[in-house]
Amino acid sequence: MNGRICKAARALAGMTQADLAKAANLAKQTVADFERGARTPYPNNLAAIRRALESAGVVFIIGAGETPGVRWRGPGGGEVKPARASRQPGGGGTAATAASFEIHHSRFLDPSGRPVQPLPEFARDPAALIPLYRAMVLTRRFDAKAVALQRTGRLGTFASSLGQEAVGVGLASAMRPEDVLFPTYREAGAQLCRGVTLEELFIYWGGDERGGDFSGPRQDFPVCIPVAGQAPHAVGVAYAMKLRREPRAAVCVIGDGATSKGDFYEALNFAGAWRVPVVFVINNNQWAISLPRTAQTAAQTLAQKAIAAGIDGAQVDGDDVIAVRHAVDEALHKARAGGGPSVIEALTYRLSDHATADDASRYRDAETVSAHWRTDPIARLRAFLGNAGAWSKDDEEHLIGEIDARIDAAVQAYEATPAQPPQAMFDCLYAELPKALAEQRATASRESGGKGGEDA
Amino acid sequence: MPEATLVGAVNMALARALEEDDRVIVLGEDIAVNGGVFRATDGLLERFGDERVLDTPLGEVAIAGISVGMAAQGLRPVAEIQFMGFIYSTIDQIVNHASRLRTRTRGRLTCPMVLRAPFGGGLHAPEHHSDSTEAMFAHIPGIRVVVPSSPSWAYGLLLAAIRDPDPVIFLEPARIYRTIKQEVADEGAALPLDVCFKPREGSDITLVTWGAMIKETLAAAEALGAEGVSAEVIDVATLKPLDMETILASVEKTGRCVIIHEAAYTAGFGAEIAARLAEKGLLSLLAPVERVTGYDTVMPLPRLEHRYMPSEARILAAARRALAFA
Repeated sequence: MNGRICKAARALAGMTQADLAKAANLAKQTVADFERGARTPYPNNLAAIRRALESAGVVFIIGAGETPGVRWRGPGGGEVKPARASRQPGGGGTAATAASFEIHHSRFLDPSGRPVQPLPEFARDPAALIPLYRAMVLTRRFDAKAVALQRTGRLGTFASSLGQEAVGVGLASAMRPEDVLFPTYREAGAQLCRGVTLEELFIYWGGDERGGDFSGPRQDFPVCIPVAGQAPHAVGVAYAMKLRREPRAAVCVIGDGATSKGDFYEALNFAGAWRVPVVFVINNNQWAISLPRTAQTAAQTLAQKAIAAGIDGAQVDGDDVIAVRHAVDEALHKARAGGGPSVIEALTYRLSDHATADDASRYRDAETVSAHWRTDPIARLRAFLGNAGAWSKDDEEHLIGEIDARIDAAVQAYEATPAQPPQAMFDCLYAELPKALAEQRATASRESGGKGGEDA
Repeated sequence: MPEATLVGAVNMALARALEEDDRVIVLGEDIAVNGGVFRATDGLLERFGDERVLDTPLGEVAIAGISVGMAAQGLRPVAEIQFMGFIYSTIDQIVNHASRLRTRTRGRLTCPMVLRAPFGGGLHAPEHHSDSTEAMFAHIPGIRVVVPSSPSWAYGLLLAAIRDPDPVIFLEPARIYRTIKQEVADEGAALPLDVCFKPREGSDITLVTWGAMIKETLAAAEALGAEGVSAEVIDVATLKPLDMETILASVEKTGRCVIIHEAAYTAGFGAEIAARLAEKGLLSLLAPVERVTGYDTVMPLPRLEHRYMPSEARILAAARRALAFA
């Protein structure tokens, strides 16, 4: 940024030199000297000027091959402005409001599949929603197969996403291939939409690292098992995107339990301070294994955790795939345009146990769970498509047959995949195996009797 | 050739890495405008700008985790943790993510990051500033753990660490940050990350150490020399992967070995070296392996820290026991 750009940006934001100086916590003279080309501020002061202007709604055009300039985005990041902290000048009395905020909740389809407001652009043609429907059904059929395989000893411990399909499918369908996904262990739907194959998912959950070598989304992260650990990774990836002036974004999914963790708070805080293109989607399925959402935090919403980091936060009906897709679309648009991070809390419900090793009947009653079947995201979209004449019983039967055939083929391929040879433990440990490890590798190989790997 | 202190050599290596490779990013608390609490990053902001030299908000988990993300995108983050005592919250990120990203994705995603931290006592610093817990990191598969003990080694090893395609924990002995000056050629030459150095050749006894204890160890070797004992000194430099060949070759020659480290005794990295000597060098040993280490106590506050850290006298006593053993 040079002084002329600063002046242009300030004009766009309608700020005086004094306003800008105040917002950047600098002397007015620093801004004035900079703008008339008399003196370049220290780098940290320059960064403060830039941050102040960006916060006011200016976007700096600095992409490769572009003439440097400024654009107006407006404060708060365009349409996704569900939560807004407002700062009012302190006034008389003893308790002036220093900040306040609102969290907005959005939904397009009610649980019976009836629109409650005009649908967003991408959803105007019901036929355009069929891919989302297919993806949700694929997720559920895959999920049921994975649980069945685990029950019969053919797959490892698996975390079901039953009832939460709209979250994964909604968020992943809003992403572009060049964006990067950071999934939890309960996001098979999002992973499938991103191009991770059924076979890779079975291979991973069957206990083989090769399931993390995605043939499709090469830059997506593997699932994160330590809760919230992936949140800072997403900020680092988003920083790399911003540094390279790439119109890409990171999408980090975390659960409701993860919002209690320091990793999440630190990641949010850095994302806000650095204004990087990352969207955090909180898949709030109401349960962190046995701990209900109500016991997880005293906060009214999880979305509001964004506010403390200076980030926009919103809540959506996570069982309405249109609402999830729309909110993530908007947040990604904002992120790619330089508008910074967002947090979207998607409200859904975990209809399954935490994982196949869990028995949820120990901590919640069946009636509560069955009541939540009424908000099933798949039935909701099917009702909408049916009412619109875009989906029939025949379509449904045909789809199930097609999906089950794909799943069966993937299971066959998975079960026909032999374990890796034992020396594979060493082969991706470092770029090049240190010679100090050669002996251990030889031992592992020798102890297998020269055979390939075998399952324990 | 310019003379540099160890911290100066770290600074030179960082500048060289930033200069030669656009992918290098330096980040941490107070490292940009302030140039780092030890000034290891002094002047880098002015030369390389605030997009590549980043003052971070306070948060070690995020510093480590963000570095993982940057590295997975092909950047080469070099993150500073201000003191060893503040590094522990990053261990989750190192163990669960940095060290195994390559394995978990069969090489699809990698983690070429460096986590730098000053370590060790003797600076009269407040609590939590003086730990030597390198063994915690040496236990983690999939990473490298590097400890320089001189300006020129700090320069070459740090460059190697930054260029390495895998995560490296780079622990800088703060006590000798400014006590040794050496000519350091700023020519971008890296040193290998899998060999021990041998700052002193000898034939009667092997003294093995790393980091700041090099000072007392070399002094002890000098004192032994005055008594007619020829001591060989090995600076391990890269704890992981460990170059046991060099240590074994030395002990085959001398038959006696003293391992010196500032860290606590139990499960200190000296235990690993002693175990391997027992496994592979037993027949060369003429005396039990001696260890001179910190005690199994909490690192004391400054008034007692010189009582905690191995002294030249303790090293000499151990060496004499080993030499006297028949």
